[in-house]
Amino acid sequence: MRRQATLASDIVVDDCASSLSSRAGVGLKLEHAADVLNGGHGVGFFEVHAENYMGAGGEPHRVLSRVRESFALSLHGVGLSIGGADPICEIHLDRLRRLIERYQPALFSEHLAWSSHGGSFLNDLLPLPYNLATLQRVCDHIDLVQEKLRTRLLLENPATYLLFEESTMSEAEFIRSVAARTGCGLLLDIGNVYVSAVNHGFEPMAYIDAFPIDAIEEIHLAGFAVDRDDGGTPLLIDSHGCEVAEVVWALFQRTIARTGPISTMIEWDNDVPAFAALAAQAKRAQSVLMTEERRRARRISA
Amino acid sequence: MLQLAGTQNAFAHALLGPERAVPASIRGAARRGADRRFAVYRNNVITGLIDALAQRFPVVCRLVGEEFFRAMARIYVTAQPPSSPLMMLYGGTFPNFIDAFAPAASLPYLGDVARLELARGRAYHAADAVPATPQIFTGLPAEQLGHLRVRVHPSASIVASAHPIVSIWQVNADPDHAVPIAPWTAEAALVARPFTDVEVRRLPPGAAAFMSCLLGHGAMAEAVEAGASASTDFHLAESLAVLIAANVVIGIDGLAPASRLKRRTSSRRLRPRSAPRPVDAEHSALLA
Repeated sequence: MRRQATLASDIVVDDCASSLSSRAGVGLKLEHAADVLNGGHGVGFFEVHAENYMGAGGEPHRVLSRVRESFALSLHGVGLSIGGADPICEIHLDRLRRLIERYQPALFSEHLAWSSHGGSFLNDLLPLPYNLATLQRVCDHIDLVQEKLRTRLLLENPATYLLFEESTMSEAEFIRSVAARTGCGLLLDIGNVYVSAVNHGFEPMAYIDAFPIDAIEEIHLAGFAVDRDDGGTPLLIDSHGCEVAEVVWALFQRTIARTGPISTMIEWDNDVPAFAALAAQAKRAQSVLMTEERRRARRISA
Repeated sequence: MLQLAGTQNAFAHALLGPERAVPASIRGAARRGADRRFAVYRNNVITGLIDALAQRFPVVCRLVGEEFFRAMARIYVTAQPPSSPLMMLYGGTFPNFIDAFAPAASLPYLGDVARLELARGRAYHAADAVPATPQIFTGLPAEQLGHLRVRVHPSASIVASAHPIVSIWQVNADPDHAVPIAPWTAEAALVARPFTDVEVRRLPPGAAAFMSCLLGHGAMAEAVEAGASASTDFHLAESLAVLIAANVVIGIDGLAPASRLKRRTSSRRLRPRSAPRPVDAEHSALLA
């Protein structure tokens, strides 16, 4: 307990990103609270969906406050609608600001997607056409968010199921431009890369090669489900409902060999397993990060 | 900008109705049709919202069966999608929708059971506050009781119905310990989360009117009046006992400063007389 408390305070004081860089985390589920507070099976940090902690009080805050005493936190927004044609909701931005002030997360991320339109919240991460008009909109929104929250936003690449006629650039190109223009960091979701690669017929490793690696501060890994599209070809669904697939582990290993250790999070939000099973996935990610760390240390000393 | 808004307009419109045409500018890989691909988003949105309602209204779902519930919820989510990214707020108008939903008319209590579940969800996320100890009620000066106003826990609310909604809820929330509902009569619930768990209490006659008045920060005399007008079976002692047992009082306001000073020890007289302060648990302990 004491060791963990020291660890958490280090994270507040240290440069946040680097102090998490060789750790693997999982999403925090309230049903796992007892396991987490009882040591956490060696999990390095926890990530929460910001919107689930925007109530005034009660169990969510009680659990998160206690978890935060012992662990570093990554705050992951799902409701800001950064790619929305509508303006960013200032009230929501203010809720995020208060959460960040209260819990001092090491990382804060949101999605390259839209979810609100015309006063309705559509509760999904919807896809965007990639062109100059969208680029301007997304950059304006990220500038506003980073200014109001006074923190670096990590933008996550989406899993998508369809494309737009009006797109004029690739997703990786688009994201590279956003990072260059706004100075935001990036969250590379390797599960999403693989899902989109199969759905749109591109090479996942080519996408990662084109991705601006220097800006990556976090990696997500998640399980997917398999469906079929109109032509009968496989359509992968980013379901977050099972273990990370071997093909995604292989991509993760190749990515880490290129980038070096980066804090990595296992997403498992549906059919959530016992905490031990979730922690085992994090342990596997952790061993990939540590192997790379040792490999790099040997290279430097040689 | 305008182009993006146009795309999102068409996309959002098509998401909420399977009969609506998919946006013209979407495509799948190799320019094949994208209907099934668009259906993934449609399904994510609609199913996700229905699931959110099923999670928030489990007893309503149990009462009508899952198939009926999901069909009813599908109509609601399409007509009234969320207006906030806080899914914990979604479904606030679902009880009213149920009241007006003709296929559910044979269950006239369904809307009120939904109101009870809505109140439970609100209590779960309500602000924290420390309940006063029951001693806060002892030693209060009798001549001032009528002027007292209790401060109630932020999680507390009253749901009153012409139907036995508390019994219906209890039987279905815990079917293993179900007992027959008798008599079939009007019931009201006090819903609150004084400590860690949300609690539901059946209120005695007139207590709903009495407590609603207190929740609105009415004076004790007004609350008694409201309780007595609501039911000839209203008993103040009985309603106060429920209020105390429920641990929903967090403080008492409206006690005149003079009566407090009268009973104070000399060391406490240092506080200025001109600043009447609310009586909290600590003060009432002094008064006791």
